[in-house]
Amino acid sequence: MKRGLIWLPLGAFALLFAVVASGLVRPADRTVRSAMIGKDIPTFSLPAMVPGKPGLGSAVFHQGQPRLLNIFASWCIPCMAEAPQLKQIQQQGVEIDAIAIRDTAPAVRGFLQRYGDPYARIGSDVDSSVQLALGSSGVPESFVIDGQGRIVLQHVGDIRAEDVAEIVAAVRNTR
Amino acid sequence: MKAWFALGATLLLAGSALADSNLPPARYANVALPDRAEEAQAKALMETLRCLVCQGQSIADSDAEMAGDMRSLVRERIAAGESPADIRRWLVERYGDYVTYDPPLSPLTAPLWLAPIALLAVGGAVAARSFRRKRG
Repeated sequence: MKRGLIWLPLGAFALLFAVVASGLVRPADRTVRSAMIGKDIPTFSLPAMVPGKPGLGSAVFHQGQPRLLNIFASWCIPCMAEAPQLKQIQQQGVEIDAIAIRDTAPAVRGFLQRYGDPYARIGSDVDSSVQLALGSSGVPESFVIDGQGRIVLQHVGDIRAEDVAEIVAAVRNTR
Repeated sequence: MKAWFALGATLLLAGSALADSNLPPARYANVALPDRAEEAQAKALMETLRCLVCQGQSIADSDAEMAGDMRSLVRERIAAGESPADIRRWLVERYGDYVTYDPPLSPLTAPLWLAPIALLAVGGAVAARSFRRKRG
């Protein structure tokens, strides 16, 4: 019994080493995900962001057709990077609505002219209140919402080329 | 050399990826509520809510725009008569327990709450044993 105890510190060290090494090899996922997936989209109504394009209210997500809700901002660099992917998703027949976070009409108009405009509607969320209600923690983020107003998928960060198929499939599968 | 350049470019990009918007802070982001008692309530709650973009800080400590928006949300809701517990529940519904620094007792957080008690018990037992040995 006493003999065995001599190995205890080494054992404790090995255990600690394993814990630290596993943290280095496989870092923890720091993505903050919404807890709203599977739940109904909160009720909101946002004014139009740019002239000539309607604002966004939650009612549109209850009209039977699944849609993609993109949260973006003209001041957000990854949002520029995901613009071509959004265009691609739209070309595959997915309706995309957007919420612009803390933005101004001229800045958004410039952004759309430069990077393309795949949006059917854009609501202006000046104090991030709808973003917080959705459980979103940054820009860009995208939510797939089925035609009954239920959130089925959240994509955190910019949509890369390899994510397009998954998002289009999620929209099709909810039909 | 190339690697250093890549690292520099990455850091530069990372900085601008967290760029701030052109809008001023939300109404109650940095403005106290006129009612002192309400402000104290709001402040106490803000100190226990996690900033979502600067994950080691509370929203009371953070300069991030989103933290400002969350402070404004907390103050507006307190002023509208909501209780701090309700506001916390509203946020936990959206972000999970992650958003609160005052986590509720659940199977996942049980070690957090029970470990100190268990360690105290172990310490007490060790102390009791060593005292007894001295006397003997």
